[in-house]
Amino acid sequence: MYDVTIIGAGVVGSAVARELSRYQLNLCVLEKDEDVCSGTSKANSGIVHSGVDAKPGTLKAALNLSGSRMMEALALELDIPYRKNGSLIVCTNKEALPQLEALLERGRNNGVEGLKIISREEVISMEPNIADGVVAAIFAPTGGIICPFELTLGLAENAAINGAEFEFNSRVTNIQKENDYFIITTDKGAIKSRMVVNAAGVYADEVHNMVSHEKVKLQARRGNYFLLDKSAGSHTNKTIFQLPDKMGKGVLVTPTVHGNLMIGPTAVDIDDKEGTNTSREELDYIVGRSTLGIKDIPLRQVITSFAGLRAHEAGDDFIIQEAKDVKGLIDTIGIDSPGLTAAPAIGVMVTKMICDVLKPAEKTDFIPGRKGITRLFELSFEKRKELIDNDATYGNIICRCETVSEGEIREAIHRPLGAKSLDGIKRRTRAGMGRCQSGFCAPRVMEILKRELGMSMLDITKCGGDSKLVFNYNKDNL
Amino acid sequence: MKTYDLVIVGGGPAGLAAAVSARENGISNILMIERDKELGGILNQCIHNGFGLHTFKEELTGPEYAERYVDMIRELKIEFLLNTMVLDISEEKVITLVGKESGLLRICAKSIILAMGCRERPRGALNIPGFRPAGIFSAGTAQRLVNMEGYMPGREVVILGSGDIGLIMARRMTLEGAKVKVVAELMPYSGGLKRNIVQCLDDFSIPLKLNHTVIDIEGKERLEGVTLAKVGEDGRPIKGTEEYISCDTLLLSVGLIPENELSQEMGVEINTVTGGPLVNESLETNIKGVFACGNVLHVHDLVDFVSQEAAAAGKSAARYLKDDTEQSDKAGAIRMIPGSGVRYTVPNVIYPKNMEEKLTVRFRVDNIYKGCYVSVYANGEKISRRKRAIMLPGEMEEIILKREDIQSLTVPLELVIKVEEG
Repeated sequence: MYDVTIIGAGVVGSAVARELSRYQLNLCVLEKDEDVCSGTSKANSGIVHSGVDAKPGTLKAALNLSGSRMMEALALELDIPYRKNGSLIVCTNKEALPQLEALLERGRNNGVEGLKIISREEVISMEPNIADGVVAAIFAPTGGIICPFELTLGLAENAAINGAEFEFNSRVTNIQKENDYFIITTDKGAIKSRMVVNAAGVYADEVHNMVSHEKVKLQARRGNYFLLDKSAGSHTNKTIFQLPDKMGKGVLVTPTVHGNLMIGPTAVDIDDKEGTNTSREELDYIVGRSTLGIKDIPLRQVITSFAGLRAHEAGDDFIIQEAKDVKGLIDTIGIDSPGLTAAPAIGVMVTKMICDVLKPAEKTDFIPGRKGITRLFELSFEKRKELIDNDATYGNIICRCETVSEGEIREAIHRPLGAKSLDGIKRRTRAGMGRCQSGFCAPRVMEILKRELGMSMLDITKCGGDSKLVFNYNKDNL
Repeated sequence: MKTYDLVIVGGGPAGLAAAVSARENGISNILMIERDKELGGILNQCIHNGFGLHTFKEELTGPEYAERYVDMIRELKIEFLLNTMVLDISEEKVITLVGKESGLLRICAKSIILAMGCRERPRGALNIPGFRPAGIFSAGTAQRLVNMEGYMPGREVVILGSGDIGLIMARRMTLEGAKVKVVAELMPYSGGLKRNIVQCLDDFSIPLKLNHTVIDIEGKERLEGVTLAKVGEDGRPIKGTEEYISCDTLLLSVGLIPENELSQEMGVEINTVTGGPLVNESLETNIKGVFACGNVLHVHDLVDFVSQEAAAAGKSAARYLKDDTEQSDKAGAIRMIPGSGVRYTVPNVIYPKNMEEKLTVRFRVDNIYKGCYVSVYANGEKISRRKRAIMLPGEMEEIILKREDIQSLTVPLELVIKVEEG
């Protein structure tokens, strides 16, 4: 019998698991995919929102602000790359200046620090590539950028270090409430748990509806993005949002914490909850809209495009509460933007709700920190040299675009919740994330996975399931 | 810090031929740096034949061609490092490198030959919409998996792009029992050599669809199929021409990009058309004593020409090391201008005093030309005209300039190479 079972190992589930792991609780995290960070958490803007535009009085507004305030210390504690680069919300139309003023007021009411409206001249001094049509902007100094993979991994790994059990490839198919516990059935079997946290992302409605009579419905909302080469990464310094207008919300242009440039997302409602495909229309839309905020975006430097789904709920606010008719089921439903920013605060909020019921004792041996994977090429020459002299695998460069060594890939495989697939390696080390998009390193990473995990090459996947990379040995088809 | 007269970055066909040539021209203190576990570069995975017809007057496979040069390197006792990657080159020619055996170290070079080759354009650069399942490989990655690792990455294959590696892989996958359903090419002509179209597609009845591209990719885990469409003259898909083709593998052969990240970081100026450095008649970049050759300079079709070009770079580096005053004589520069029908030229500038007796100028045309002339104009005046039966964008062209012709011109400032109708 587990005390708490968390369904979903995205950023919310992982944040909840990590907070709960401070207490003497038996924790289980069930994840339908082969790795943490496999759904909404892996494909989003990677923005730590300042909280300017959240509707006052909503959970989104409150949790955005507290999440944003927690992020810097958390990133330090969990060794996650994070940069408070500040954001600009640009206004491209003089007639829209009253809306910009109103947004500033809203942001101030939300409690966001340091907000001010700046003139076109001040914008240009911050961002030389600002579009010609920009007349003014809100400057939000607390806006930031973070790596969504590493945030999720950091939280999940730390939870695992502190005793949370993670079960992968475990899709929940049924939840049954007994008197004072749940029976949760997955495609691997059934477990019992006193409480359940529903952190199932776009599937949170289905998980809720398995056991509650008060049905909810989520809308999968797709966003397409472009990722540009690092050579384009300094095209902007801050995250550039557009003031929403009658043409829509606009798209953002941002550097990523690893030095790429990213533009997107779109917002298209779709029925398929696995529909993470990009579309010509959406990609064209991004190209058209992005230029309103930033000019001369070097689109020839695009290295990949991708899509993510966000879990949109009609009320447009997070639903974080105990299900009204199911005691012990804590829902986190409709966690779309600013979900990544809010996740640490959601973790704290849900933990408090659980502690109020289970009243667990705090652990005395909780380990708050986590050491990230060595990032060889962020070290000084002397440090790198020392590391390589001690372990030659750090001198064997596998991914040449991102300069990732064999040593780092081995770390990614052998650490808690280690990587099992090409994408798992990519998200942990950035091998394959660069301009050649794994053309060079894929066979070499496969070879390392094979050796380190004792797998057959034929079983190595891109991202679990049936995503196999090679089918057979030569001559087998003849 | 250890100092070398010449450091060659890359031990593929360009690096090998450059090293041999530099040694034959009297340079003893050479280091060649290769990141893979053996010398030869991409030749090692090119197990088909057709290499060496110009250089050795016989048909060799890629590994055999490489071996000829590796044998020369060993005979000439040229020092090289394997499993070693160059991380950084400073403008002062201090090179930072790292390797499993060599560790992390810095060395100093009096001259450098850039011979890093090129990489394949990935799917992302094309912005093909759709899912991102397993089963999408660049043709060269698939070639490595099949030819060097011994694994088959697919059974039912569509190939996008008709570059030479894609054509070669169409045949290779077929020979290993896969079904190659179609090769789609966006342009109205193939990007590969005519002989490869014949020997790799026609001989195996694999259809080549020109003016076609992939507009959608299906399959959430492993690739399930692609949608092809015909494209109009603007390169955009034409509505109503969509055709779904089920397949588990999509190979991309959609262009090669010279790997000039190192060069750019050290301040080498790049030609935006080729993606390679701007060079003079000695294949020297804007940085004195830094030369470039092979696919890092501009993408070649035939390794034989890579070897020729690299030998010229090796000779230039040797001359630079012996007497760099000559090289610094930059008087009377002639700018090479690609005229109508010509996409680019290598070199981009000629200093007549430094010319060898004959200078090979390599270029590519921008379309298919039949029965046309390649003309050279010096300051607007036609100085030569050569008839060509056919010229193709997929096949590199060359003309030879003679030193006596160039030096006799009165202060020419510009040489324009253009294609003219018959």
